[in-house]
Amino acid sequence: MEKILEVKNLSVEFYKGGKVIQALRDTSLTLKRNEVLGIVGESGCGKSTLALSILKLIPEKEGRVISGEILFKGEDLLRLSDEKLLQIRGDRISIIFQDPFTSLNPVFKISKQIAESLVLHKKENLSTQQMEKEVIELLELVKLPKPKDTMLSYPHQLSGGMQQRVMIAISLSSNPEILIADEPTTALDVTIQKEILNLLTELQKKLGLSVVLITHDFGIVAQTCQRVSVMYAGIIVEEASTSEIFHNPLHPYTKGLLESLPSREELPSSSQGKKRRLKAIPGQVPDPSNLPSGCKFHPRCPKVIEDCKPEEPRLREIVKNHWVRCIRAVY
Amino acid sequence: MLQYIVRRLLFMIPLLLGITIITFVIVHLSPGGPADMLTGLSPKVSAEAKARLHSLYGLDKPLHVQYWLWLSRLVRFDFGRSFKDGRLVIIKILERLPATLLLNVLSLLLIFFIALPIGVISAVRQDSFFDKGMTVFVFLGFSVPAFWLALLLMVLFGVVLGWLPISGMHSVNFPYFSFWGKLWDIIKHLILPVFVSAFGGLAYLSRYSRTSMLEVLRQDYIRTARAKGLSEKKVIYRHALRNALIPIVTLLGLSLPALIGGGFIFETIFAWPGMGRLGYQAIMARDYPVIMGVGVIAALLTLLGNLIADITYAFIDPRIRYR
Repeated sequence: MEKILEVKNLSVEFYKGGKVIQALRDTSLTLKRNEVLGIVGESGCGKSTLALSILKLIPEKEGRVISGEILFKGEDLLRLSDEKLLQIRGDRISIIFQDPFTSLNPVFKISKQIAESLVLHKKENLSTQQMEKEVIELLELVKLPKPKDTMLSYPHQLSGGMQQRVMIAISLSSNPEILIADEPTTALDVTIQKEILNLLTELQKKLGLSVVLITHDFGIVAQTCQRVSVMYAGIIVEEASTSEIFHNPLHPYTKGLLESLPSREELPSSSQGKKRRLKAIPGQVPDPSNLPSGCKFHPRCPKVIEDCKPEEPRLREIVKNHWVRCIRAVY
Repeated sequence: MLQYIVRRLLFMIPLLLGITIITFVIVHLSPGGPADMLTGLSPKVSAEAKARLHSLYGLDKPLHVQYWLWLSRLVRFDFGRSFKDGRLVIIKILERLPATLLLNVLSLLLIFFIALPIGVISAVRQDSFFDKGMTVFVFLGFSVPAFWLALLLMVLFGVVLGWLPISGMHSVNFPYFSFWGKLWDIIKHLILPVFVSAFGGLAYLSRYSRTSMLEVLRQDYIRTARAKGLSEKKVIYRHALRNALIPIVTLLGLSLPALIGGGFIFETIFAWPGMGRLGYQAIMARDYPVIMGVGVIAALLTLLGNLIADITYAFIDPRIRYR
């Protein structure tokens, strides 16, 4: 399959309280056309930084890209002029965020926030009626009931799920090729999470989108993604197809994440005898301003040996299309 | 909304009553009275004559009776007559109102049209040379007392350079000027007072709008606006500014009373024929009806200003709806 987006050796630094934080260290990633790629990891591992830096959305005062390339169809986004970048940002590549409550501008009506994006990305001039029609079509596309009423509402008059649907409508208004979804359901109720995920999967198929789905929840990955990258401390530690990751997790961190998920048989109501305590990964995510030496996971790793400590392991392809950054991994 | 406004207007009645009672009591308790001002310096005036004056002004009655009499006139929009020259208080105030309005509307406009861009640019280019320069200016604006600045500028532009008049609103030979001559004369008289009265407010409002803008620029919806592919200009002037203006509107409402109340000290320094100077002269002369008149008008406008700010709030921030 054609590679639509390639992140190559991306390093990003943040500045916080006089300290330099390595948010991303030499991270590489490939998104193929029409696939849903999951990026999984605990908070603070650099997932959102990755999402934001693809569109150059990291504020200059907070951090910057040190090195690397972000190739969209072979063109390096990091080297584009501001003007050219604006033809890709929000147009070819769209993004939706974690918190729909704060991501919509509180003082503008929904219709205005969607229409603004339409005007920006559709090169032709639309009449008011055509505009209204297109806004309604988009709201119908994301399955908002009563699109005509919703259109005239302000964000605070909608529920969280509806707001996220509006965000999706805005992001799709330009017919993008890539959609980056940064924890799109984390802030929502569980039932709404499910609906939004179903909507995203459906739209991905219908519109032929390529999607980068960022989440901390392996359950979501299982439902939606074809491939998964697992991130830890600003770097990718394992990458494989979803079924491969679930059946043959090789990195101890991936295993730890999977073991911390409850499965249906273990839920307390199903039977008495089989109860198991959910395993948590011991220790904490390392302070990104003060990372350990060698493999960044070694202080928390159950299989740690002396050789893990001096040098950070390379990402190896252990079997075809299954990459892992661990010296102890065996297939 | 209408119901809300009516309710707020009704609530003003007890508030105004409270304000007038407190003002009335303080004014009457302060040492010296109108009779002393007229007679105190003359040894020939007997105690009996003073008492006659007192009863003439109604000051011999108990305080609550005096207040009641004043209030019962007030509800008929009768502010009484000045002790000093016997003219109707309301006429005296109306005479002074235009001068105060002219001066303060101009300085308020100046403050808003200069301070807002300064604040916005400082926020957008935080820590730039411009931002740091403005911080120094704001520090000066806060620290320099208006009366001192006024005196210095009067010395410089009025005395040393001789470019601008230093007091009043018109030149002595004003009536003989042509229309344009008159206009130019008033403008010349306005420059110093407007500048001095705007100076402090400029510092305050530019700082305030900088803070407000910085706060808004950190919000997620600004990131969304950028993510849509909007140019930086549109992100700032369409998405950020509208939100940053919300708290500034409150300030506008709170500045309204100053429009009419006028600066007491300030108008006195420039001998500006406005309400502030009228109030100052009335206090010095213990001219109770005029003091109370100016006080009532200032209080009423303060309350109306707050109401207007609250209503404007609802117009620019859709999250606020009053019931």
